[in-house]
Amino acid sequence: MSSPLPKVLLFGPRRSGKSSIKQVLFSKMSPHETLFRLESTPTPQHLIVDTNRLSQFELIDFPGDWDEASNNPIFLGLSCFVFVLDAQDEPYDLVLSYLTNLISKATKVNPRIHVHVFINKVDGELFLSEEAKYDCRRDIVSLVQEEMETFQGLDNVNVEYYLTSIYDHSVYESFSKVVQKLVPALNTIESLLNVLVERNGMEKAFLFDVASKLYISTDSNPVDAAGYELCSDMIDVVLDVSGIYGGRHNSDSNREIDDGSKGEGEGGEQDKSVTEEEKNGYYDSESCAAIHLSNGIVLYLKEVESMLALVCLTREESFGRRGLVDYNIGVFKEAIKKMIEVAGPK
Amino acid sequence: MKKKVLLMGKAHSGKTSMRSIIFANYLARDTMRLSPTLDVEHHHVRFLGNLVLNLWDCGGQDAFYESYFERDRETIFRSVELLIYVFDIESDNPEKDFDHFSGVLEAIEENSPDARIFVLVHKMDLVHEDERDVIFEDRQRIIQAHSRGLSLQCFATSIWDETLYKAWSEIVTNLIPNIQLLKTHLDDFCRISDADEVVLFERATFLVIAHTSQNAAQHNFDAHRFEKISNIVKQFKLSCGKTQAGFQGMEVKNSLFSAFIDAFTENTYIMVIVSDPQIETAATLINIKNAREHFEKNFARS
Repeated sequence: MSSPLPKVLLFGPRRSGKSSIKQVLFSKMSPHETLFRLESTPTPQHLIVDTNRLSQFELIDFPGDWDEASNNPIFLGLSCFVFVLDAQDEPYDLVLSYLTNLISKATKVNPRIHVHVFINKVDGELFLSEEAKYDCRRDIVSLVQEEMETFQGLDNVNVEYYLTSIYDHSVYESFSKVVQKLVPALNTIESLLNVLVERNGMEKAFLFDVASKLYISTDSNPVDAAGYELCSDMIDVVLDVSGIYGGRHNSDSNREIDDGSKGEGEGGEQDKSVTEEEKNGYYDSESCAAIHLSNGIVLYLKEVESMLALVCLTREESFGRRGLVDYNIGVFKEAIKKMIEVAGPK
Repeated sequence: MKKKVLLMGKAHSGKTSMRSIIFANYLARDTMRLSPTLDVEHHHVRFLGNLVLNLWDCGGQDAFYESYFERDRETIFRSVELLIYVFDIESDNPEKDFDHFSGVLEAIEENSPDARIFVLVHKMDLVHEDERDVIFEDRQRIIQAHSRGLSLQCFATSIWDETLYKAWSEIVTNLIPNIQLLKTHLDDFCRISDADEVVLFERATFLVIAHTSQNAAQHNFDAHRFEKISNIVKQFKLSCGKTQAGFQGMEVKNSLFSAFIDAFTENTYIMVIVSDPQIETAATLINIKNAREHFEKNFARS
C-alpha cells in the first residue's frame, strides 16, 4: 500500500453508541444484539475497512471519555472525527464541553480535520416526531457554537451534525456522508454519475459499497430518504437471495471453470479470512438485479467493481431500453476502473 | 369457503404475535407492542382469494380457559377445521400447560372430531442452537403422550427465524383443496422451462403453497430457503410500503444463477430459479407469462 489509509476516529462519552455503530455497519450485528452483546471498549480498537478499492479507511473506535488528545499524532493526515453523543442523555453540557475540548486539541494538530457530530439514539419514545429530533439538533448546534466561541481559533472549523439511530437507515446515510469526505476523486465520480443519470433518463443513481451498504457517491439530484432506503434494502435482498441460490456451496464440478476465472480477476489481493471471502463470493462480476414497483419505478442494480454496486432508480419507460442502459453502465464501469488504476494499484 | 381455525395456548406464548407476523405483515420486533388478547378475538383472513380463514385467537389467561371449557364450550370448539396449539418452550409451569392442552383436546374430540391438530413449540430462539433438536424431541414426546390418541403434528418455531413461516405454510396448505393438481402442473412447468426450482407463494402472506425442483440432488440448497425467501420479500414489501409503492416483481442473478420472483395469478407469486447459463432471461419471462395464463384458466378464482 502506497499511502496510509485515511482515518475515521470515533469519539464520544461512554455508552453513546460508538461500538454499536461500528458493529452494525461493519460486522452486520443486528441493532438489537448490540444491547446485550457489547462490552465497553477499554482500548482504541482499529478496524481496516477496505472491502472495495474506491473507498478504504481505517476506523478507530476510542474508549468513552478518552482524553489523550493533546498533541496526539492520531489526528494527522487525511482524517475526520465522528463524535457520537446520546440524545437521550440530557443535559448535554458536560458532553459538549468534552466535544469542544477535543475539537480544539485536534485542530491544533490538524487544522483541516473534518468534524462530524452524530446525535445518536434519536429513536424510542422521546423522539417519535420529526420535530422532536430537529429541536434536539437545534439545541445542540447552538450549545456547541456557544462553547466554541470561548476557544480561540475555532472560527473556521466546520462541524456537521447528523441525527442518527442504529434502528433505521439514518446511521448508514450519515456515515456515508462521513466516508465520502475521504474518497479522493469524489467530484469525478459524481460527474460520471450525473452524466449517466442524464443520458438514461434515470431518477437517481447511487454507488454503494455492497459490504457496508454505505454509499460512496450519488448524482447531484437531491437525495430522497425513501428512495435511498429502498436502494439500500435492495442490496440486502440481492445478497440474501444470492446467498441462497448463487452461493458457492452449490457450485459443483462443472462450474469450477467459472470459479477459476473469477479467482484470476481478483488475483494478488491480500488474503482474507475464508468466511469473509465466502460471504462476498455471492456478489460477483455478473451480479445484477431489477425490482419493479407498482408506481412505475424500477430499481436496477449492477456490479461495477469488486464489492461496488451501482443502484439506480429509473422509470419503467426508460428501463424499456435495457440494452442501452446496460451499455451506458458498462461505459461508467470502465471509467471507474480506469480511475482506480490511475489512483494507484492497491 | 370459510374455515374455522382455533389458535390456543397459554397466555404470553406468542399466539397473537405469530398471527400478526403471518397475516398482518408485522416485523418480529414490532410484536413487542402487542397487548394481551382479552377473551377471543375474531379475524377473517382471506387466503388464496376464495379461502377465508376464520381465526379465533383465544386469550390464554386461566380465567378465560374456565369459560372456554364451561360456558362457551360448544361455541368455541364446534365445527373447528384446524386447531393450532402453541406451547411456550420457556414456560414456568409446564404441568398446567398440559392440563389445559388435554382439556382442549378433549373438547375438540367431543365437538369437532375431524379437526386437524397442529402443535407449535414456540420461542425456540430462547434455547441454545445446539440443544434445540434434543429439547424439541423431548417436548414432542410429552405432547404425544398427552394427545389422547389424536393424531397431531408438531413444529418447533420462533418468530425470529424462518421456522414460523415453514410451520404456517404446512398448516395452511392442508386447507387447499386441489393442492395435488396444482403441484402436478407446477412440476410440468418446471420441466418445460428447464428451471431448477419453481415455488408458488400465496400473494398476501407469502406463505409457500407448492414447490417443485429438478435435479435437486446436484444442488445442495438450504433446507429453509423458501421460508427465507418469504421473509426477504416480506421485508422488502414493508420497505416499499413506506414509499407508497407496491412490490411487483424482481430478478436477481449472479454468475451461477438467475432468480425471478413475479406476480403470478391473482392470488399467487411465483419464483423460478434457473442456473443453466444458456437459458436467456427473456425466455424465462415468456415461460412465466404463458404459465400465468394457463394457471389462471385452470385454477378458478373466487
